[in-house]
Amino acid sequence: MPVLAEADLRLDAGPLDYALLAVYFVFVLGIGFLARRSVSSSLDFLLSGRSLPAWVTGLAFISANLGAIELLGMAANGAQYGMATVHYYWIGAIPAMVFLGLVMMPFYYGSKVRSVPEFLRRRFGTGAHLVNAISFAVAQVLIAGVNLYALAFLLNLMLGWPIPLSVVIAAVIVLAYTTLGGLSAAIYNEVLQFFVIIAALTPLTVVGLHKVGGWQGLVDKVTAGPGGAEQLSAWPATELTGIANPVLSVIGIVLGLGFVLSFGYWTTNFAEVQRALSAKSMSAAKRTPIIGAFPKAFIPFVIIIPGIIAAIVVPELAALKAGDGSSGIVYNNALPALIGELLPNGMLGVAITGLLASFMAGVAANVSSFNTVFTYDLWQSYVRKDRPDGYYLKVGRYATVGGIVIAVGTAFLAAGYGNIMDYIQALFSFFNAPLFATFILGMFWKRMSAAAGWSGLVAGTLAAVAVFVLAETGVLDLPGQGASFIGAGAAFVVDIVVSVAVTSVTRPVPASQLTGLVYGLTPKADRAHESTGENAGWYRSPALLGGLVIALTVVLNIVFG
Amino acid sequence: MARKAGLFDLRLVIALLFGVYGIVLTVVGLGFTSSDDLAKADGLNINLWSGVGMVVLAVLFAVWNFARPVVVPDGDS
Repeated sequence: MPVLAEADLRLDAGPLDYALLAVYFVFVLGIGFLARRSVSSSLDFLLSGRSLPAWVTGLAFISANLGAIELLGMAANGAQYGMATVHYYWIGAIPAMVFLGLVMMPFYYGSKVRSVPEFLRRRFGTGAHLVNAISFAVAQVLIAGVNLYALAFLLNLMLGWPIPLSVVIAAVIVLAYTTLGGLSAAIYNEVLQFFVIIAALTPLTVVGLHKVGGWQGLVDKVTAGPGGAEQLSAWPATELTGIANPVLSVIGIVLGLGFVLSFGYWTTNFAEVQRALSAKSMSAAKRTPIIGAFPKAFIPFVIIIPGIIAAIVVPELAALKAGDGSSGIVYNNALPALIGELLPNGMLGVAITGLLASFMAGVAANVSSFNTVFTYDLWQSYVRKDRPDGYYLKVGRYATVGGIVIAVGTAFLAAGYGNIMDYIQALFSFFNAPLFATFILGMFWKRMSAAAGWSGLVAGTLAAVAVFVLAETGVLDLPGQGASFIGAGAAFVVDIVVSVAVTSVTRPVPASQLTGLVYGLTPKADRAHESTGENAGWYRSPALLGGLVIALTVVLNIVFG
Repeated sequence: MARKAGLFDLRLVIALLFGVYGIVLTVVGLGFTSSDDLAKADGLNINLWSGVGMVVLAVLFAVWNFARPVVVPDGDS
């Protein structure tokens, strides 16, 4: 991932901007210290003691995903492809989030597992568990490193800070609050970060729209620009998919992005699901991803619209879009370049803080899910069983330190070999691709055997790798996002075929072990949520909220389609 | 006896941060905005408007915090 090229992006940040940034760090560390008071067991540290209200876990749910690559990457897509980028939100996130809340959460939260891999261990035993726990743990620390490096690179461009210094400072701050306050500190900071990002991006969008002459001005300028009027409508997104036929392009978006990729990511990625598992009740857990879906529907307006505006307002980007890349700017610079172009000292400081906050929260989400999987799924399951809880609390803290140290190492490695980041991200999309197939079969098909659990995962991962290799070597010619859509699709299909085939020749898991884990063997009462007390009221009904946000997304698609 | 969660309610933390940001930006917007700053943001006094917006956000969270305090049940429940 060539995050940012060597264009001149230096911002003239003044003392006021640094002061606002410093204030934020004081709050971030303060939250770490305050959250420490509530940590007295490993469950407090690694899962917030299952005590958080739904609005907190819901905002943390989307905030954990609102990291560096997301923020810069989606603004970049906006600058390059225009409105079609909204599919990453409206098609590529919201349906999966509602599905997670309504269909899968009853089994995740109801079975009281402490992590996503732990669900696999109880459903399929050791094989599938080891495959998933190890690949997830390794993925999270390496991705944390990629995030750290991206953060340092941006700070270097914008403020001139040396890259090693930024890596170490950011790592120390994240380390401080996550080892002190554990998941609660990470989640509280994610919520704070969410508001800081919105507070930074909303004024940027307002000034940007003012600059181009309001909404109508934006429409006129994009229509007259190199992208043309089709960049103003979300469908059929032929440019984004690289599929020329509009009908096939729509099918590619809905099936590839909307179904296989997004369901795999949002419903089985523990860094996300962990936020819901820390909720204080079944009702709050179900509502977590659904509450997150509401702001998720509107976030494109303050990320993608500024991206589109940047391609008009920032001269170097406008030149790049017209085909002249001699300034060295790349689309990933869109957001920082627009910030530098439009915001005066003061708001500039808030915007820098927002970008930094987003990077750090991304790292914290990786690390806080890594330490849980390491402690419960690897250490407690295979290395040292049956110790007192205080022992595992200590292991959790050491795992946090170890995870960050590895992440710093990865960041320096990425600094030396830029394209390592590409391969790390490709590697982890392989592990993610088949997971959804195994989960959905495992949750709804009680006959599925333990051997099918691990063999399906392994075969699906291999299928994704095979498609990747074929695309890299040019045997398969797939432009744009096509290769990742097809790879994920192949992983999904192969996982299902292998799971069904292996199940037919192996013994099923005894039904007595599957209560709470599989539909049909779980009493309805165990899947239901309380609707009295603080869970009362129609506006707290997960199904109603889920229906509302889907309806909202349909309306948005019609208006901006 | 149940007690209130006290100082460390996330809503209060959010109110404090945006209270500080909002007041600083409002003051900067009112008193320390040069014509260069204005020109950069296309004639909008964006510090002032953002500052006012953040103060409003801070007040909303503070009101929510004091109107519906979190009650912590005693003991390990």
